[in-house]
Amino acid sequence: MIITCKGIKKTYVSGTTKTPALRGIDLELNEGELLMVMGPSGSGKTTLISILSGILTQDEGQCLVFGKEINALPERERTAFRGKNVGFVFQSFNLIPTLTSKENVSIPLILNGMERKKALDAAEKLLISFGLEDKLNTLPPELSGGQQQRVAIARGCVHEPGLIVCDEPTSALDSETGIKILELLKNAVITSKRGMVIVTHDARILEFANRIIRLEDGLVK
Amino acid sequence: MNLFAIKMLIGDRAKYLGILMGLTFAAFIITQQTAIFVGIMTRTYGFITDTSQPNIWVMDQKVQFVDDIKPLKDTDLYRVKSISDVEWAVPLYKGLLRARLSNGTFQTCNVIGIDDATLIGGPPIMIEGKVTHLRWPDAIIVNQVGAGDKLSGPPVAPDGPRIPLAVGDVLELNDNRAEVVGICDVTRTFQSQPVLYMTYNRAVTVAPQERKLLSFILAKSKPGISPKKACEKIQAITGLAAYTRDEFKNLTMKYYLKYTGIPINFGVAVGLGFIIGCAIAGQTFYNFTLDNLKYLGTLKAMGASNLVLIRMILLQALTVGSIGWGIGVGGAALFGYVFRNTELAFKLPWELLLLSGVAMLFICMLAAFLSLYKVVKLDPAIVFK
Repeated sequence: MIITCKGIKKTYVSGTTKTPALRGIDLELNEGELLMVMGPSGSGKTTLISILSGILTQDEGQCLVFGKEINALPERERTAFRGKNVGFVFQSFNLIPTLTSKENVSIPLILNGMERKKALDAAEKLLISFGLEDKLNTLPPELSGGQQQRVAIARGCVHEPGLIVCDEPTSALDSETGIKILELLKNAVITSKRGMVIVTHDARILEFANRIIRLEDGLVK
Repeated sequence: MNLFAIKMLIGDRAKYLGILMGLTFAAFIITQQTAIFVGIMTRTYGFITDTSQPNIWVMDQKVQFVDDIKPLKDTDLYRVKSISDVEWAVPLYKGLLRARLSNGTFQTCNVIGIDDATLIGGPPIMIEGKVTHLRWPDAIIVNQVGAGDKLSGPPVAPDGPRIPLAVGDVLELNDNRAEVVGICDVTRTFQSQPVLYMTYNRAVTVAPQERKLLSFILAKSKPGISPKKACEKIQAITGLAAYTRDEFKNLTMKYYLKYTGIPINFGVAVGLGFIIGCAIAGQTFYNFTLDNLKYLGTLKAMGASNLVLIRMILLQALTVGSIGWGIGVGGAALFGYVFRNTELAFKLPWELLLLSGVAMLFICMLAAFLSLYKVVKLDPAIVFK
């Protein structure tokens, strides 16, 4: 089991205003499973993946990732845990624009202590396997949206994390590219028995999911 | 990640140049203004610097700086000579006299009368003629800047250049004939009047008659005796003030610092430069970090610890600060070099480079810490927003 969450609650407080984002979520994610989370804006999707990936801490409930209550870890250990076990793919790619594709992909490896040269070699191999052999030394702004997202996926997978969290990975792409990206992601899950959680509004990609949950007002419907 | 930090810094050329320009400006203005201040302060004791042979200056107890002349009795010279720690002692006259030029105009000059026998206290650099020519009748040596500027004659043609005073030209000093026998170079004085050298006996003849005319006694401590110790002995025995050369320089500089508006005026300029530099550099670097916040958040989400991010920001600040400091200081040095032959007082000692370096370090650290606060407090959840 990759994720086991029970009774997750999270409320945002701003001054005297309290906004409940999650109101008791139970969730499980198995190895090799691709879980899609859908729901309208403000339903708590982003809060949920933030907690699952150890970026945010829940107010109540328990969230075990690889059997560890990561939100109970001190921030430093949580950061290290995230760096080793979680891969991220963002809606707007979040590639550092002044670094080449290869350098962007090598970052998680370097953060995990790998020597720079080796990390760049590993990044190069992965990018070649993603069909980006001619874009290794290209800066992100010079890549198309699809190419950027492939680089971002490579960055999310390169350190072989057990969990990959994707936030609207196809929303900035055309439908054809979106499908290709999902194939790539699905492949990454199947081949290495990872778990993947994708937050999406995109109905075109639902066919790739093993399981779909729908959030509304902070609850699974 | 250090290399990536540098690439993040220089990758965006426009922003990088913006930060660099801010820091360069700050380094330039701090260094240049302070160098001018140091230059002016150096001029206040330029005459002491030029008079390099003696290591002891003896004077009246009430003298506050080098141009504050309170004459001594002639017998004081013999009293100083008689002290066991003193190798030798010679008289020095220093005073302001009006020179009448060949065209009838008057110019106040700084007249230095040096010991006839030894010529100790003479000009540091001779450009034309010899110091020994001062022993010729009516001889004077004029400094080059004074000869070419305030003592120069009218142009031959209406719009032509002025004719510099040259060897062989004659002046009148207090109704006494004075013939130029040499041109010398001296450190510019604070008052920037022409400097005329002549022998001591000639100077006291030319100077308006007063009961006492001995301005200073220049002395040298015996080998193995420290100038400081010799000064203490001179003071104890004669009751006169005796300073080592550095002490007298400090006394003079402190007088100018205390009783003129120079420090406050320059302090304002230097301080303003520093504040403007801080503001520009801090603001641009802070904005640079804010612009990169999304990427720093991404790194944080991907497992970069605060320590890694802090190191990256500090490295970026130090890199851009070092380059900005180098260019700024280089620019200030170039400025000083270009204007080296003008009236500009500019002195750039290594201590000043160190000072501006420390100031730049402060600016960069300040800018970095402002940014760091944001980075350390950065919520990695920003990446999903």
